Amino acid sequence: MELHKKRKVINKIALALSLAAMSFGLFWLAWILITILHLGISGLSLAVFTQMTPPPGSAGGLANAIFGSFVMVGLATLIGTPIGILAGVYLAEYGRITLLGHVTRFINDILLSAPSIVIGLFIYAALVVPMGKFSAISGVIALALLVIPVVIRTTENILRLVPDSLREAASALGAPKWIMIMQVTVRASQAGIMTGILLAVARIAGETAPLLFTALSNQFWSTSMTDPMANLPVTIFRFAMSPFKDWQDLAWAGVLIITASVLVLNIVARAIFKEKITT
Amino acid sequence: MANVTLQQQSTVKKPPPVTQLAIRNFNFYYGKFHALKNINMDVYKSRVTAFIGPSGCGKSTLLRTLNRMYSLYPEQRADGELLLDGKNLLDGDLDVNELRARIGMVFQKPTPFPMSIYDNIAFGVRLHEKMSRGQMDERVEWALQRSALWGEVKDKLGQSGMSLSGGQQQRLCIARGIAVKPEILLLDEPTSALDPISTLRIEELIHDLKKDFTIVIVTHNMQQAARVSDYTAYMYLGELIEFDLTDSLFIKPKKKETEDYITGRFG
Amino acid sequence: MALPVRKKPSQLGDFIFANLTRSFAILALASLAGIIASLFYGAWPSIQKFGLPFLWTPDWNPPMAKFGALIPIYGTLVTSIIALVIAVPVSFGIAIFLTELSPPWLRRPLGTAIELLAAIPSIVYGMWGLLVFAPIFGQYIQPVLKATLGHIPLFGKLFEGPTLGVGLLSAGIILAIMIIPFIAAVMRDVFEITPQMLKESAYGVGATTWEVVWNVVLPYTKAGVIGGIILGLGRALGETMAVTFVIGNTNFLTNISLFSPGNSITSALANEFAEAEPGLHTAALIELGLILFVITFIVLAFSKVLLMRLQRQEGGKT
Repeated sequence: MELHKKRKVINKIALALSLAAMSFGLFWLAWILITILHLGISGLSLAVFTQMTPPPGSAGGLANAIFGSFVMVGLATLIGTPIGILAGVYLAEYGRITLLGHVTRFINDILLSAPSIVIGLFIYAALVVPMGKFSAISGVIALALLVIPVVIRTTENILRLVPDSLREAASALGAPKWIMIMQVTVRASQAGIMTGILLAVARIAGETAPLLFTALSNQFWSTSMTDPMANLPVTIFRFAMSPFKDWQDLAWAGVLIITASVLVLNIVARAIFKEKITT
Repeated sequence: MANVTLQQQSTVKKPPPVTQLAIRNFNFYYGKFHALKNINMDVYKSRVTAFIGPSGCGKSTLLRTLNRMYSLYPEQRADGELLLDGKNLLDGDLDVNELRARIGMVFQKPTPFPMSIYDNIAFGVRLHEKMSRGQMDERVEWALQRSALWGEVKDKLGQSGMSLSGGQQQRLCIARGIAVKPEILLLDEPTSALDPISTLRIEELIHDLKKDFTIVIVTHNMQQAARVSDYTAYMYLGELIEFDLTDSLFIKPKKKETEDYITGRFG
Repeated sequence: MALPVRKKPSQLGDFIFANLTRSFAILALASLAGIIASLFYGAWPSIQKFGLPFLWTPDWNPPMAKFGALIPIYGTLVTSIIALVIAVPVSFGIAIFLTELSPPWLRRPLGTAIELLAAIPSIVYGMWGLLVFAPIFGQYIQPVLKATLGHIPLFGKLFEGPTLGVGLLSAGIILAIMIIPFIAAVMRDVFEITPQMLKESAYGVGATTWEVVWNVVLPYTKAGVIGGIILGLGRALGETMAVTFVIGNTNFLTNISLFSPGNSITSALANEFAEAEPGLHTAALIELGLILFVITFIVLAFSKVLLMRLQRQEGGKT
């Protein structure tokens, strides 16, 4: 009976600790979200969307940074997505057991876990130094390099969920492999691939480190791809680290905008594709 | 001797069979495993041939070699001869896509593509023939008519093929197979995932289709083989034990193994 | 029935498509080769000048052109270890709660909330850590830690010195908050795939919930659990923004107290790189990046080997 009691007590303690862990996790989530909402909304105004980033001590907005982030994230997605999808198709449909397939899968794991700041360093060495200056395009390429491994991984995983019987059925009708892939397997995986893309966009939307020494940032409205371009994350970084109150307020507004967009992207992605995908 | 008379009796009703596909000294390997051993038999034109036997006997494997399905998997290989119009299907220079237009296949589980009912049917036809929209409409209707599905889907051709019931999906797959107008139709346990009513409809369909197509069916259900086929091959452990007219094989099997299997003493 | 007139299917499409997809797979390979090559090239002046002692030299003095990586490496490792020490048990508890304890109607919303926590960009954690968390931590929590843990012999050395708020401990805690959702989500996923029958058999012989989790679920899922922890570790090692805001950014480290400010590889890069003089300073920073890349690679390779071993031990089970 003594043993029985002891086991019950241990069980109670363990489950209480589990409940505590859950509360601990939710506590941070709540605290962070409340802070962002509270300080972000009070920093938010129409000027945030219409005016340029100001010098310290004066009023302004984040219009150029928001625009720059849109441009760079959009272009990076446009460049990275097709590459990621095609490479993912290769892994799932051609390279399941080939040497190139195994090697690429392993390399892709490395790229997925590579710190994003290292990607920034790479683009700095490969693009910024040869060009002689920081530029929006090098920021775009750095972000695209973050998109590619995510899309490769999700595309391959999703395509592998398509039952082989569907592939055989297409082949049995005499469909060449590429038609089988494009019209049957990829089509069956549309929702999942779309989800992978959205998650990749959500990931790069808040990325700061790879932009620090590629796109840098800019105080002005700039559309040139070969010059530094303002963007939200780097602007937030600089403003938040500064001692100026109005810069910090703008940074909170920026944080709210980024967090809201990323959360919305995640929720939409989940709604499109119900099943689990691992990135 | 009685056996011979029986065979004569049943052939009297029909014109003599013409060989469409000749399987000669055929062997098949999964890697090192010798899955089919020296198979010799004929598939007759406009007849239904059934492959029966306990699971793992190689009946599905044999069916899947007839349209070179195994070529998708590099570790699988075959030798011997599969002669269709005198041409060996195992030849390396054979265009498998062309072959598969001539030999269609329907699988165990329904495999509707993620597209509309119309496009499911048109998919295969577009691969092999150029035709106008009107001709395609006709072909789609013809295929659906022949597979006894037209009445049920004619008002919703634009809906996804996956919205149909299991039995309808399987008839859709049959329609998709015959739309290409193959000479031979391979059915790999086509009713194993279906309820008895849907199974019955498919069996009626097979009976109806054999006027125009040579049909080869794999089934684990002996009654089904007896109901739908003209010829039956009994296979065991990768070997063809007995091949005969279905009536003869079921009523008076020549081999002891066949008799044990069909009387339920084994398998 | 008339035989249709067929066109010959073309082999060209297959050829083009197969090679197109293959070339993009090769592009992924090439980009990794490019990363390694360019990091080596950029770091070469520093590698040549300082050699292997770069790894354990504590000086980082740009004006004197003296560089050593000890302090950033120390900062990266210490903050990641703190993060794991906090995050692993908490994530384990969360996963148990989500799979065994929570009422079913709460599972999905809570699970989603944890996953969303993982989606919040790291710069948000960093800014929140610097402006909200660190002041409170320095004012209220650190004095308490100092007054209690600080008196334990030896171990107490980790909790002494001025309570600034920012520092290695704060960075570790922020990292822990960041990686909890990653580890918890993976653990929950693998716990969920434990066959119900296995759990029921254990309950059937009278095991408590805790005993089922500890003796049945955890052994059954250990490969996945380790994978989740490694995933979290990888995140922590490579995280830049959350750390840069709160680590204190100093290259001088005089004691082992976790309260003291420091620097990590990523925060050194984030702070200094854009302003660094071309030449040795830049090269030394790129070498830091190379070291970080090698560390994350080693962690990943180690986990792959470990997982392969586990799988082999258990035969066919995946």
